[in-house]
Amino acid sequence: MTENGAHAFELRGVNIYYGSKKAVEDVNLSIPRQKITAFIGPSGCGKSTVLRSLNRMNDLIPSARIEGGVFFGGQNLYADNVDPVEVRRRIGMVFQKPNPFPKSIYDNVAYGPRLLGVRGKAVLDEIVEHSLKGAFLWDEVRGDLKKSGLALSGGQQQRLCIARTIAVEPEVILMDEPASALDPIATQAIEELMKVLVQRFTIVIVTHNMQQAQRVSDYTAFYSIRKKEEQGGVENRWGVLAEYAPTDRLFSNPASEETERYIRGEFG
Amino acid sequence: MSAMTTPAPENKPYMPDEAAFRRGLAGRHRRGRVWKIFFILSIVMALLSLVALFLNVVNSAAGLIIVEYNVDPADVVPNGDIDAASPEQLAAAIVAYEPNRALVMIRDNLSSVASDQFSTATISQQLGSYTYPESAADKTPRDLTPEERSAILAQNISVDVMKQFIIDEIVGLNVLETYSLYESIFNRAAVEEHFAAEFDQETTRLEFRMWLRPSFLTSGQSSDPVLAGIRTALIGTLWIVAITVLVAFPIGVGAAIYLEEYASLFGNENTLSGKFMKWFNRFIETNVRNLAGVPSIIYGLLGLAIFVRAASDFTSGKFLGVTDSNGRTILSASLTMALLILPVIIINAQEAIRAIQSSIREASYGLGATKWQTIWNQVLPAAMPGILTGTILGMSRAIGETAPLVIVGASTAIFVDPSSPFSSFTALPIQIYQWTARPQAEFRAIAAAAIIVLLVLLLVLNASAIFLRQYFRRKLQA
Amino acid sequence: MSLPTEVGTINAPSAVFDMRAQRDARTTIFRRPRPAETLIQFFLFFCGVLSIFTTLGILYVLGSEALLFFQSGLVDLGEFLTAPVWQPQAEEFGIMSLVSATLMTTLFAMIVAIPLGLGAAIYLAEYAKDRTRAILKPILEILAGIPTVVYGYFALTFMTPLLRGIFGQDTVSIYNVASAGLVMGIMILPTITSMSEDALSAVPRNLREASYGLSATKLETILKVVLPAGLSGIIAAFIVGISRAVGETMIVALAAGAGPCKLYGDGANCFQPFDAAETMTGHIVRISGGDLSYNSIDYNSLFAIGLTLFLFTLVLNLISRSITNRFREVYQ
Ligand SMILES: Nc1ncnc2c1ncn2[C@@H]1O[C@H](COP(=O)(O)OP(=O)(O)OP(=O)(O)O)[C@@H](O)[C@H]1O
Ligand SMILES: [Mg+2]
Repeated sequence: MTENGAHAFELRGVNIYYGSKKAVEDVNLSIPRQKITAFIGPSGCGKSTVLRSLNRMNDLIPSARIEGGVFFGGQNLYADNVDPVEVRRRIGMVFQKPNPFPKSIYDNVAYGPRLLGVRGKAVLDEIVEHSLKGAFLWDEVRGDLKKSGLALSGGQQQRLCIARTIAVEPEVILMDEPASALDPIATQAIEELMKVLVQRFTIVIVTHNMQQAQRVSDYTAFYSIRKKEEQGGVENRWGVLAEYAPTDRLFSNPASEETERYIRGEFG
Repeated sequence: MSAMTTPAPENKPYMPDEAAFRRGLAGRHRRGRVWKIFFILSIVMALLSLVALFLNVVNSAAGLIIVEYNVDPADVVPNGDIDAASPEQLAAAIVAYEPNRALVMIRDNLSSVASDQFSTATISQQLGSYTYPESAADKTPRDLTPEERSAILAQNISVDVMKQFIIDEIVGLNVLETYSLYESIFNRAAVEEHFAAEFDQETTRLEFRMWLRPSFLTSGQSSDPVLAGIRTALIGTLWIVAITVLVAFPIGVGAAIYLEEYASLFGNENTLSGKFMKWFNRFIETNVRNLAGVPSIIYGLLGLAIFVRAASDFTSGKFLGVTDSNGRTILSASLTMALLILPVIIINAQEAIRAIQSSIREASYGLGATKWQTIWNQVLPAAMPGILTGTILGMSRAIGETAPLVIVGASTAIFVDPSSPFSSFTALPIQIYQWTARPQAEFRAIAAAAIIVLLVLLLVLNASAIFLRQYFRRKLQA
Repeated sequence: MSLPTEVGTINAPSAVFDMRAQRDARTTIFRRPRPAETLIQFFLFFCGVLSIFTTLGILYVLGSEALLFFQSGLVDLGEFLTAPVWQPQAEEFGIMSLVSATLMTTLFAMIVAIPLGLGAAIYLAEYAKDRTRAILKPILEILAGIPTVVYGYFALTFMTPLLRGIFGQDTVSIYNVASAGLVMGIMILPTITSMSEDALSAVPRNLREASYGLSATKLETILKVVLPAGLSGIIAAFIVGISRAVGETMIVALAAGAGPCKLYGDGANCFQPFDAAETMTGHIVRISGGDLSYNSIDYNSLFAIGLTLFLFTLVLNLISRSITNRFREVYQ
């Protein structure tokens, strides 16, 4: 995988299905490097689905199927010779609900590096400290790294998950509503962290919080739902990428009425 | 936020470079494949064990045997197939070969006069309650024609007794060697060679025997594997299972109803008695779960001490005037089994009741039904599929359990079919145990035949459980 | 019992919920005495309490008869625990001889059942497709539903000849501990598999996702995240398996041989996997199978063995349940 240009990801004509049900249709999107790109849109419009397609997390769902191309630095992630393990090594992920392993803080952070074959206590110690500092958690936990990750507060757990992700030095961090389970203060901490992290990583974040998207992101992709009445009264719903623009412009001057209604909070 | 005071450090390359990563990755995937093979092998081993177990049983249940005889069975009964012969054919054979022994049989089994008058009294005087040909009525036994003798035998003597007599006394049948089904099919030539070389062709014969045959189901116990059958054991098992379920089903379901529907009724936290009841009900629950883990042999000891010994007046039927029996009866076995399967029934019934949506209950209460009416009319029918599944699980357990029956005292030799709860008994798994424990291959063979019957019985039972469950479900949906 | 066909059609109208409030009031304030319902309630209570009587019955029977055993003057607790062999004819009652055989068969059973059971559970929980699992699980249930006497037959007529074929007729006796133990392992395999599979499936999805997100392979996720997270449930499964093996009777009665081994001293012969040795359960079945007169030392001794066995399994079951309960608390 060689990287060139300003774009980390290029999505071309991406359709994603769960079984026979279409979840998103024809997504075309270029995600810039070392910027924060936000996905917004009503519930069920496929934000998570698209996000998870960026590091092949959808592979874990047996019924999920993708069409089209997701290019990362020019390489189609879904090409036959691409190993999803390598994809995820370079594109990390932080989930909606903090999900630390039921292990010590230290082992949580050291988990990824150990998988990659990093051995030696001195190196690991340094990585753990470095990563926890990177996630602004070091000062709070430096005294007891042996404590279980589950014993931390929700906000701390989420920063632990971020520390765990940056410990393997990925190029991209995907975040699926990373602050939705957190209180405002913890949310603020995460947002500030993102602003620092973006100096080193490309960040893609899903959020329901319009203000959050405005505060942190450089670009915003707005997804929307399309419906079609099938025979027999069954309604088919799938998501589409409705508008994609620099955040300032999307919020100040949306191109479509649909976007405008959504960001004014009139539906969704 | 103090956290923000630490500046984010610059990225330092700790991770392996691309080439090293790739090399490591190949190894990691290789390890993944090797372990996956082990995981698959584990399940394959489990499946293979099951296949081996079945094949091993089938392999013993039929095969070649080398039998020795004094008189060729083919001379005695048509085709030499003693099992398939009718009572008339059997009786005729006995009269033809052992006319006097036929008379002894009549004397010992049928005659109602003292033995010194046997030869002088007429048949009608002696055989009052039995059937006999008209022509024989006024004759003394010695004057009976062979046809009359054999008619009397055929009409009154049990087939088992006649077969046993023919095999022991006339044919002198004796199984010398037994081969497995595998040997009989794939190694037949060697067996035949061995037979031709080592055995006297006049008095021995090589034949193929299905140990599991119709007469195996209908014959009673016998010390001769060629004649032995499982009728008595099967009847014993059916008696035990029937009484066990009769006792355990209502009590088990009752206990489940109590725990699920009534226990909370007493749970008023504010009173001392309410607190006690809450604790008590929890204790019952824990206790039921503990009982489910008690080894069956312990239930056997419990049954031995309580039902067989302490309550022998009850379990032997003495309180009803039954005298010829001790506490080692079907009733004792059934009560022991009932205690054994109670936890299974309770736990399953509890789960079934718990799964009923509370809206059903609320609707019923809303229509003014009492608690019990609600349970009887709404909750129980809806929970019935689950309850039945648990009951059938319990029944399967009761059919297959062996150790408690051995301890409660299934008898080794039962020549009379059990006819009441106060009869002594044997049961199918006991029979299997006893036959398997004998070293001779013939007994292993009939043990295998009995195992097939047992497994088929269990299969039918479980299939009917699935059927019943679907039947109830459809009925509920209708 | 009549089945009302309208059950499924009752859709609680919203008014029902108001009436429920009234019902509560009615049952507490205006409850009319209904003799039939009281009687039923009493019966149900009796059913619930019966299980406690069963437990008390077991404790009483085992305890009182075991007491008679120790009061017989032929044996005291010290001898019971230390004598090298169990030989009622010689008035030697060393329970440890029987216990050693029980431990041997259990050990063999676990050697088979733990790796295979765990491996099969991992396959079912992590690798098998839904359809495969839907086929395999009922098959394992068949294995679990086969009566133990059939396993006994299998041990004696399949496993023993197999072992004798592999290790030689001279090495392996006709009745031997290894054969019984190995088959016992097959018997408890389904139990361990299904309990472990439950424990693995209960590990939350998001832990797996976290691991995959950190670029773990499937195996690494299983070994480093799923197994440790499900460990308590898996250990509970192992302990239930051990408890089953300790209490299992018919396999050892048929395949492990009659006659207790000698623990120490001249001719000590315990812990020989290819030799016969009688377990606690095997001895109980053999002795009680014959004509046993009540009040004899033989009769009482059965209950002393039974009590020992009961305590073993009770402790194991209590440990396993306390582990499972703690496990539940973590994830709910
Ligand atoms: N594992 C799955 N199996 C089947 N369908 C799924 C699965 N995950 C998501 N879907 C469907 O795909 C569509 C998009 O789901 P997705 O989770 O991507 O939406 P979302 O925009 O992230 O919603 P939310 O804001 O609620 O998180 C939905 O209709 C959902 O029902
Ligand atoms: Mg989502």
